[in-house]
Amino acid sequence: MLRRRVIPCLDVADGRVVKGTRFVDLVDEGDPPELAERYANEGADELVFLDISAAPERRGTLLEIVERTARRAFIPLTVGGGVRSVSEMGAVLRAGADKVSLNSAAVADPNLIVRCAARFGRQAVVVAIDARARATGDWEVIVKGGREATGLDAVTWAIRAVDLGAGELLVTSIDRDGTGSGFDTDLLRAITSRVRVPVIASGGAAGPDDFVAAVRDGGADAVLAASIFHRRIHAIADVKATMAAAGLPIRLVPQVVA
Amino acid sequence: MTTRPRIAVVDYGAGNLVSIDQALTTVGADVALVRDGEALRGADAVIVPGVGAAEPAMVRLKSRGLIDPIHAWLAADRPFLGICLGLQLLFDGSDEDGAITLGVVPGRTVQIEHAPSLPHIGWNQVERTRAHPLFEGIADGADFYFVHSYVGVPDAVASGVILATTDHGGPFASALARGSLVGVQFHPERSGPDGLRLLANFVNLVRAA
Repeated sequence: MLRRRVIPCLDVADGRVVKGTRFVDLVDEGDPPELAERYANEGADELVFLDISAAPERRGTLLEIVERTARRAFIPLTVGGGVRSVSEMGAVLRAGADKVSLNSAAVADPNLIVRCAARFGRQAVVVAIDARARATGDWEVIVKGGREATGLDAVTWAIRAVDLGAGELLVTSIDRDGTGSGFDTDLLRAITSRVRVPVIASGGAAGPDDFVAAVRDGGADAVLAASIFHRRIHAIADVKATMAAAGLPIRLVPQVVA
Repeated sequence: MTTRPRIAVVDYGAGNLVSIDQALTTVGADVALVRDGEALRGADAVIVPGVGAAEPAMVRLKSRGLIDPIHAWLAADRPFLGICLGLQLLFDGSDEDGAITLGVVPGRTVQIEHAPSLPHIGWNQVERTRAHPLFEGIADGADFYFVHSYVGVPDAVASGVILATTDHGGPFASALARGSLVGVQFHPERSGPDGLRLLANFVNLVRAA
């Protein structure tokens, strides 16, 4: 049976792991490949790197970090942040990523999803959607790292992104991100009930029960979190134990190979 | 001292070859990324990795002059591992884009039927249908990492090649073996300690060949 995944997210800026609250107030939290290897040994099912500096001149630093990580952690790696073209996606994959996530660039040029899926297969194309609740009870797509509203309805965009070739969606609630107030399961359910591709829940994890809720109430296939793992507030094994106890299919934490 | 077999990993386009290179090196092989048929000479084993669609992959293999050398390699029953798309290419053709593929194993590549989610992305259990040294030391039902929408389905006459199955809305062949040829639909290079063990087992098979 297909397992529900637990995915530590490493926000990377200028070669270091950082974490802020609602995309600001960044705090240095370590070396990306070192953290990646620790998480792989602790039972992470996959890793996500989001390059939040994403300035073009930093691209070389990111590729070097991706390759060092791929050589230390034998679990899948998704990389996002600032990828704007098929050739940039190719460079990230060649450096050792298995999937690339597209965000602002896909909103600006939806055909980018088509071109990347045609070149690398839809299984390599993740579309990341940052969503903010509106007073009207729906959600709006926000781009540029939480700074720019688009007026796009998040559920409509999710459906369109899948039609264009997204093989997976990474859905972040900007309202919940870094706040520890739990995942927005209404947002998740609104999207997972409308698409067939796997959906990764992001934004708001405080404890193991939130992971259970993202899957059971939100319909997520995978659950992503950053600060609770970086700051060792909860171990991946504890999160997985809680998910297993709730009856969710999970991959047991493997023995570390000496 | 144990010898390090030389393994040719076929590089036929973009994609992550860092993981397979590092994983094979870790389990005791010397890796050469090969981009033409000539480069297969001197190799002890060939690995065809890859993800994505069949037709562009076949076009790139052909343009690099790799089709005939791979056919000759397989006809001689020399050690071979196909991973994901590299396994699917062994069949006669693919429903994904109508590509005619290598035709080494009778059967077709088709979309996973009745899948609750598609693509099939994540860790799933690999259940053995028969014993094989490729899985030595790995628990039956162990989890491996998958990322694909299509699967190779052997014809009834070739169903004996199936080594293991995995369930995603119904069982599909997730590993097969025939002589020195083995293929896996999952990614051992991304499947943690069990994946490394499987690759170590393959390297041991190469040493014994």
